[in-house]
Amino acid sequence: MPVWDGPLEKIDEYRWRIPKSYKSGMRVDGIIYAGEKMLKDIRSDKAAEQVANVAFLPGIVKHSLAMPDIHWGYGFPIGGVAATDVEAGGAISPGGVGFDINCGVRLVRTNLREEDLRTRLKDLVYALYNDIPAGVGSKGDIRISEAEERKLLVEGAKWVVDHGYGRAEDLDCTEERGAIKGADPDKVSMRAYERGKNQSGTLGSGNHFLEVQVIDTIYDEADAGALGLEKGQVMLMIHSGSRGLGYQVCDDYSKGMIRCLSKYGIDVPDRQLACAPVNSDEGKAYLGAMKCAANYAWANRQCLMHLARNVFEKVFHMGPKDLGMDLIYDVAHNIAKIEKYNIDGRERTLCVHRKGATRAFPPGHPDLPEKYKKIGQPVIIPGDMGRNSYLLVGTNKAEETFYSTCHGAGRLLSRSAAIKISRGRSISRELENKGIIVKSSGRETLAEEMPEAYKDVNEVVGVVQGAGISKRVCRMKPLGVIKG
Amino acid sequence: MKRYEQFPHTADIGIRVYGSDLKELFENAAFAMFDVIADLEGLKGSIEQDIELNAPNREELLVSWLDELLYNFYTKQIIFFKFEIAELTNDHIKAKTFGRPVGSNRNRLKAEIKAITYHNLKIEKTDDGFKVEIVLDV
Repeated sequence: MPVWDGPLEKIDEYRWRIPKSYKSGMRVDGIIYAGEKMLKDIRSDKAAEQVANVAFLPGIVKHSLAMPDIHWGYGFPIGGVAATDVEAGGAISPGGVGFDINCGVRLVRTNLREEDLRTRLKDLVYALYNDIPAGVGSKGDIRISEAEERKLLVEGAKWVVDHGYGRAEDLDCTEERGAIKGADPDKVSMRAYERGKNQSGTLGSGNHFLEVQVIDTIYDEADAGALGLEKGQVMLMIHSGSRGLGYQVCDDYSKGMIRCLSKYGIDVPDRQLACAPVNSDEGKAYLGAMKCAANYAWANRQCLMHLARNVFEKVFHMGPKDLGMDLIYDVAHNIAKIEKYNIDGRERTLCVHRKGATRAFPPGHPDLPEKYKKIGQPVIIPGDMGRNSYLLVGTNKAEETFYSTCHGAGRLLSRSAAIKISRGRSISRELENKGIIVKSSGRETLAEEMPEAYKDVNEVVGVVQGAGISKRVCRMKPLGVIKG
Repeated sequence: MKRYEQFPHTADIGIRVYGSDLKELFENAAFAMFDVIADLEGLKGSIEQDIELNAPNREELLVSWLDELLYNFYTKQIIFFKFEIAELTNDHIKAKTFGRPVGSNRNRLKAEIKAITYHNLKIEKTDDGFKVEIVLDV
């Protein structure tokens, strides 16, 4: 029995429309990117209703969008994209960014080949597990005063690089160079500072991870070559976010913005969609605080990458030059960004919410670093720990999604359902039989995160490739996984 | 009466909480949240903490109450497992809470809850008391 039986009208092979006539109050249509086979799963929870709910946001432009890894969230669906027109009273919603502000991924190349790992994979995974703080309540090794913390929130990844965590060139390959402008530390509550304290350089738990992977398929030789990538090469992927600081920022502003609904006469069907005009005092304050949390997350992933590089050097007795652990890219998938688009022949400033969706700028975009101007922005898509992950690049066609694409495989099973079906099985042994070494600190994390709990990332990426909103460069498979 | 049960939510954790009156509903919601965070079986209290809060309405008061406890868990590193509400109105709560430092109980921790969401939050009257469904972001 489907949980959701609303209308999904076929536009083409990869796009399905929820007409705005579905629900009174929708300002635009909803569009879900998916293959026909995926519709059954999409109807199995309330994510599509959330796509319709997002269409209520004041100032929303074109469509309320969802990527093929769509699933049921709170307020916005996971995989949701919505752009609002800032000059036309467009709204910003903390729920459209999520609690884990700037949750994102970074991908690092190495000069190692799969065969170099054969005898040392276990040592590597155990050493990574030892040296990288992960799990509930873990603490990082950056202990700083409140005054320094405020600097970190403004300077982001640069602050940690200046303090010895990584190299200046890492910043070139980080979205916004790891520090988005306009961060306002005064808009971050004491509570958020308290919760973020001691958590810089910690992985977190749940679906956050650090993975050692190997490239198993190249789709585009030219793009892969330009990125210095080939089949059999070992890669490192890190998935984490803004930790307690970001969660608290979202919490503070979600609460505050419930008041804004009556103040600005906004009607939304779910309190978690509480929002305010981007140009209101409340909207500006949230944006200033959100940017602090985003910068904190870039600093955090920079720090985690630095710790991982040290572990590789130790385990392989190699220097940084020989290891060649250069950052390919770091990109957010929970964030709101102010970007300019041409809508109906006029340039407009939009607030693009990406809630479980990845920015995917096309070749030639002015915000890309020089080295990626030709191929487009690298887009990193993590899958589950048993199957694959992908590296894609942005395309011109993605203008229709405000240069956004999917962000992962997307959950299929609830955590409790995953725990139930894994009873009596050893997930770590099953993975080890497939050649994947897994270490996790949480007692139930492996069961919750088992491959069957996720959609097949290959199908999800097949849709964004087929729809033309991003292009495959290569695919990785996991060898070693650290989970919180 | 059952204190709470989990209901399936794809990305997060849903808890359906019951109480014969509102005080019990609030106490059970706090218990449910910490039961998700940690293994509470056999935990004995050593820390007492008073909590007093105001919020504009009943639903927001419930979220504020859980937020306050979650904040204390993260910043003071206390696992709470017992809750006694002395006063409860639609916009005010006063309670005594009991917990134990995380310290040597670290191996009891199960899940990191990022936040309590407002998603579809509604306290409902039932035949034998009250019920509420809460989505916890994990």
